[in-house]
Amino acid sequence: MNYSDDKLSPKQDDFYNALMDAHSGLPEAESHALNARLVLLMANQIGDLETLKQLLAAARDYVND
Amino acid sequence: MGYDYKPFAYVAPPGLTAPEPRHRVAIVGAGPIGLAMAIDLAQQGIPSVVLDDNNVVSVGSRAICWSKRTLEIFDRLDVGERMLEKGVTWKVGRNFHGAEEVYSFDLLPEAGHKYPAFINLQQYYVEEYLVDRARAFPDLIDLRFKNKVTGHRDNGDFVVLTVETPDGDYSIEAEYYIACDGAGSPTRTRMGLDFTGQTFQEQFLIADIEMQDSPFGDSDVPERWFWFDPPFHPGKSALLHMQPDNIYRIDLQLDVDADGKAEAAEEKVIPRIKAIVGEKPFKLDWVSVYKFRCIKLDRFVHNRVIFVGDSAHVVSPFGARGGNGGIQDVDNLGWKLAAVLKGNAPEALIETYHEERSHGSAENILNSSRATNFMTPKTPVEALFRAETLRLAHKYSFARRLLNSGRLSQPCSLEGMALQTPGIAPLEPGFAMLDAPLRSAAGGETWLLSEVQGQFTLVGFGEVQMPVVDGLRRIGINQLETADFPHFTTVDGHGTRRYGSERAYLFRPDGHVCATFVAPTAHDVQAAMARALGAQLRQEIAA
Ligand SMILES: Cc1cc2nc3c(=O)[nH]c(=O)nc-3n(C[C@H](O)[C@H](O)[C@H](O)COP(=O)(O)OP(=O)(O)OC[C@H]3O[C@@H](n4cnc5c(N)ncnc54)[C@H](O)[C@@H]3O)c2cc1C
Repeated sequence: MNYSDDKLSPKQDDFYNALMDAHSGLPEAESHALNARLVLLMANQIGDLETLKQLLAAARDYVND
Repeated sequence: MGYDYKPFAYVAPPGLTAPEPRHRVAIVGAGPIGLAMAIDLAQQGIPSVVLDDNNVVSVGSRAICWSKRTLEIFDRLDVGERMLEKGVTWKVGRNFHGAEEVYSFDLLPEAGHKYPAFINLQQYYVEEYLVDRARAFPDLIDLRFKNKVTGHRDNGDFVVLTVETPDGDYSIEAEYYIACDGAGSPTRTRMGLDFTGQTFQEQFLIADIEMQDSPFGDSDVPERWFWFDPPFHPGKSALLHMQPDNIYRIDLQLDVDADGKAEAAEEKVIPRIKAIVGEKPFKLDWVSVYKFRCIKLDRFVHNRVIFVGDSAHVVSPFGARGGNGGIQDVDNLGWKLAAVLKGNAPEALIETYHEERSHGSAENILNSSRATNFMTPKTPVEALFRAETLRLAHKYSFARRLLNSGRLSQPCSLEGMALQTPGIAPLEPGFAMLDAPLRSAAGGETWLLSEVQGQFTLVGFGEVQMPVVDGLRRIGINQLETADFPHFTTVDGHGTRRYGSERAYLFRPDGHVCATFVAPTAHDVQAAMARALGAQLRQEIAA
C-alpha cells in the first residue's frame, strides 16, 4: 500500500481548518478524547483490517524517532 | 545603497484662495493603490485629484512580493516592464523543518508568459514608478502632497472634503470619493464603519538587511525560504526573501508576550540575524515589529464613497495578498467608474465592484488567516497536530501539502457573478485572462495581454465568426486574414493550448473573460457586452 498518495489536495487547507475547528474551545483532555473517537470512526470507515494494521505501524514507526 | 528618499514638493492648492470647480474624482491617499487608481482613470480620460497627507514614498519596505496578475495589471498602467526590470524574479519556494528541506515548489513551470509568477521589489520603488507615471498626465492627475483630508460629507450626488495643508484649510467637491487611505483609514473611522476581525496575538519581527553575499547556499539563485522550527530560531517560524540592491527581507515570528519595542532594538536584532546569515557582513536597513490582522469591510461602496485597497481589507502578509489584492481592486473599479462617469453605464455598475472584490477579498482573508493560524498554533492540540504534520512531511507528500507557509496570491475568479454571461470553455467566464505570446502579420512579437487589456475586446481563436459590434475591438488569432481587424498567430501553440480553438472570447477592459462563443452573432456579443456594462442591473432597478 502506498500512503504517499495525496488524496487531500487541493482541499487540504479546508480539511486542516475543519479539523482545527472541531477542536476549537475544548479543554486538552476533551481534545484527546475527540481524537480517539475520530480514529475509531475513521477506522470503521476504512474497514479493511490489513490497511488499518499498516497505518498503525506507519504511525508507530515514529516513536522514539 | 539604501533607498534615497526624495520628498515631493508641496504646492499651495488653488482651493486655498478661491473655490475650485467640482472635481470628478477625489482620491484620498497616494499609496500604491491611490496612485494606480489615478493612472487607471487618467488612461481612460477621467481626471482626478489625489490628496496625500505625506510627501514621500512608503517609508521602509513594506510590500515586496508582486504577483504575476499584479504585474499584468501594472503592464496596462505602463509600469510593469520597469518593475520587472528592477525586480528580483524568483519562482522556487522551499520549506524547511528544522535544518532539513521538506518541500519545494516551482511557481511557474510553464513558458509563454510575459511576466513571471512573482517578483520582489520594495514598495518604495513601486510608488516611485507610479508617481513618475502619474506625472505623465499633468492635465488629468492633480497630485497634492501634504494635503490631509480631515473631513467629508456625502451630499448624495457629490462629496464635500475638508483638507488641511501647511498653509491652512480648504474644501473641495467631487462626484466620487475614493478612499485609498490605508489600513488605518480615517475615512472609515469617520463613517463609524465596523472593522473588526481576527487579530493574531503573535508578533513578527520584519527586518531588511543589506548584504553582498547570498544567503541561499551555493546556488545563489533568489528563492523564497521558509522555516518551521529552524535551528537558529527554535519553536518559531522564519522567512527569507531577496530584494533588489542586495537587500534581504527576514521575517521572524516572536513570542506572544514579546516586548515589541525591545525586540526592534539593534542589539537584539543583530544577533538574531547573525544566527541566520552567519559571519557574512550585513547592514540593517529597516526593522519593524508587527501584529497582523485579517479584516474586511462589510460593504466597499457607500453611495459616493468607495473603499479601495487596505482601507477596505487588510491581511497578514503570508501569501502576499495585501497590495496584490488592492491592485486587483483598482483593476476592477477603474473601467467601471470610467464607464459610469462617461455615461456609458448605469451607476449600479459600481455596486458590482463590491460584489466582485468583496468576494476576492474574502478569499484572500481565508487563505491568509489559515496560513497564519498554521504558523501560530494556539492550543496544545493545535501545536501537536502541527508538529506531527511536520514530522510526517519528511516522508509523505500529503503531509507536505498540508504545510502552510502562505498560499501565494492568485487572481480571483468572478465566475457566476452578475456581469458574466455563463458559458463553458477552456477558460470560463469570470477568469482573469491567461497571457500568451503572439506574432503579428508583419512578423512582430507581442503578447495577448498587451492586445486585449484596456477595452472590451472580442478575440477569435481559429475559424470563428467575428461580428461587428459598436464600441468593441476585435482581434483574430490563427485566422485567415480576410477581415479588417488585427491578426496574429500563436507562438509555440501556447494561446490555443490555453483557450482552445474555433471559439471566441469576450474580455472586459480588466482582462477578465465575460462571455465565450462558438458561433457568435452580433446580437449575442452585443448582449454579453451590455450585460458586462450593467444593462441587466438597470432592468432590475427599473423593475
Ligand atoms: C510588513 C509588511 C509586508 C507586506 N508585504 C506585502 C507583499 O509582499 N505583497 C503585497 O502585495 N502586500 C504586502 N503588504 C501589504 C501592502 O503593504 C499594503 O497592502 C499596501 O501598502 C496597501 O496600499 P494602500 O495604497 O491601500 O495603502 P497605504 O500604502 O497604506 O497608503 C495609504 C496612503 O494614504 C495616506 N493617507 C492616510 N490618511 C490620509 C488622510 N487623512 N489624508 C490624505 N492621505 C492620507 C497615507 O499617507 C498613505 O500614503 C505588506 C505589508 C506589511 C506591513
